Amino acid sequence: MIRFDAVSKQFPDGTKAVDELTLEAPTGKITVLVGPSGCGKTTSLRMINRMITPTDGRIWIDDQDTAEMDEAQLRRGIGYVIQHAGLFPHRTIVANIATVPMLLGWGRRKAESRALELLERVGLPASYAKRYPAQLSGGQQQRVGVARALAADPPIMLMDEPFSAVDPIVREQLQDEFLRLQGDLGKTIVFVTHDIEEAIKLGDQIAVLRGSGNLAQLSDPAQLLAHPVDDFVADFVGKDRGYRALSFQQSPQFPLSRESSVPLGATPEQAAAAARDGWVLVLDADRRPLGWIEPDRITAPVRSEMLARGGTVATAGGPLRNALDAALSSPSRRGVIVDDQGALLGTVRAYEVLAEIEERARPELDEADLERAGLRPVEETPE
Amino acid sequence: MTWLRDHFVDVLSLAGQHAYLAGVPLVLGLLIALPLGWLASRNKVLYPFLIMGTGLLYTIPSLALFIMLPLLLPFKILDPNNVLVAMTIYTVALLVRTVADGLGAVPDAVNQSATAMGYKRLRRFMSVELPLAVPVISAGLRVAAVSNVSIVSVATLIGVSQLGSLFTDGFSRAFLDPIIVGVVACVLLALLFDVAILLVTRLVTPWQRAGSPAA
Ligand SMILES: Nc1ncnc2c1ncn2[C@@H]1O[C@H](COP(=O)(O)OP(=O)(O)O)[C@@H](O)[C@H]1O
Ligand SMILES: [Mg+2]
Repeated sequence: MIRFDAVSKQFPDGTKAVDELTLEAPTGKITVLVGPSGCGKTTSLRMINRMITPTDGRIWIDDQDTAEMDEAQLRRGIGYVIQHAGLFPHRTIVANIATVPMLLGWGRRKAESRALELLERVGLPASYAKRYPAQLSGGQQQRVGVARALAADPPIMLMDEPFSAVDPIVREQLQDEFLRLQGDLGKTIVFVTHDIEEAIKLGDQIAVLRGSGNLAQLSDPAQLLAHPVDDFVADFVGKDRGYRALSFQQSPQFPLSRESSVPLGATPEQAAAAARDGWVLVLDADRRPLGWIEPDRITAPVRSEMLARGGTVATAGGPLRNALDAALSSPSRRGVIVDDQGALLGTVRAYEVLAEIEERARPELDEADLERAGLRPVEETPE
Repeated sequence: MTWLRDHFVDVLSLAGQHAYLAGVPLVLGLLIALPLGWLASRNKVLYPFLIMGTGLLYTIPSLALFIMLPLLLPFKILDPNNVLVAMTIYTVALLVRTVADGLGAVPDAVNQSATAMGYKRLRRFMSVELPLAVPVISAGLRVAAVSNVSIVSVATLIGVSQLGSLFTDGFSRAFLDPIIVGVVACVLLALLFDVAILLVTRLVTPWQRAGSPAA
């Protein structure tokens, strides 16, 4: 647990970067600091490992005051990842990753074998070990940055816009892998970003900051989308909040419609026989959906190029957002639901998903927010 | 060129002396310039003073410096140590700026992440900043080496012998051969220094030759 206790930072030139920030980042969770550029996110982050000294207030790690810990010791127990990775250009990838273990005196062999293990862990081939950072792409460098921060297995990770400088597709991959990694490792992470989508995707808890490190709202992502506390937060969180909030609600067991299907190579007649309302789903040998086809419009056996591929596919029990999107994006209006292996289970219609959404209660306001807004709690309606 | 054949051993020993007088100050000067350059690179107030101050040293005429030093130092007038000190001063004059700029060019993100990983100041300097500044420092060192080789020859005028002695010898006898041999030897020596510095630089900066991302 990292706890900010009324922490302020005023720079010598008078800039008040952080003003009385009080915040707790729980152990084993990702706390995201998000806010517009210049609102004090980096300053707040760097006060944790004392790269910046607070002018006021205290920062605690568990029940130790960081101000009283040995600086180098403190930092070696905290992984740190920054935007352009900040790798050492003059050291090989394996030496970069082994940095903190070497500083801790593990010895070269142990440090390097640990580094190789992490290289694999972040999805890079072992053949990259002897390369130099300049020989890697931005996304690969960022992976090395993460590996380097993890090398000595620190309980805490500080990440300052680590994925902001890579292109959107790579960013998405890095985010997914980061979440998978965190699922295994359970570090206490403080993650800084200016991108609210990233915050919502990654955060267990999101701290929205406005100017001067002023905490506007501290909530989990679903709560943030459902109940932004004021216009600033609502604007910052952005549009489509209702739709995006569906990401945090699990689909129920929908009553799925059976969907007949054909394989690639089916004749127009076979496809027409299997079609319903003019459309039929085409599956591969493992019963994974490939796309929809209109049998009326083909004259030759089904080929891959003929398929309409706009439809998304939702996994059973996944977020409601994916189920709704599967229905909305399907050319046949029938949303494809698959199992964990990606094999077809059946289809669901948008109105069925919407009916489920209407059944659900929206997340209730926190008690503190209720009080602040002057509202009384919703009474439990008897069944 | 029978002259060269007859005096080959002498020329070789003069060249050795020349290399010693130009080379040792190169190392000493670098060692002095490193902390000064580091200070200049870290302190915005000190930077102009250190750069200007040391830079001005280079404008002291060499003959004047050679003559003045025995008055200031505990060495006798013909002592080669005077030349070593003078050449070290010139080397420092050339290298402080180079070192400061080389260290200043280390990317901020690299320094930040080194600090964040728990490097203490001296260790960060030795194992991160300095290695990254090597290409810039080496370029400055090559200039200083050539400059030293050329300035050292003036030391003949205060009685310290090296390749420059061949010029005065030839001049006083109106005899061209030693002068030509002296010039060629100086050029060769400068080249030798240059190649040596280049080789050492290449050896310690393998990362500089690593290509761009493999597709
Ligand atoms: N070293 C510094 N000296 C003076 N002002 C600074 C310094 N570092 C940051 N600031 C100012 O403090 C504010 C917060 O900066 P920062 O924490 O970097 O914001 P963010 O990371 O949210 O973009 C900004 O107005 C910035 O200009
Ligand atoms: Mg920032």
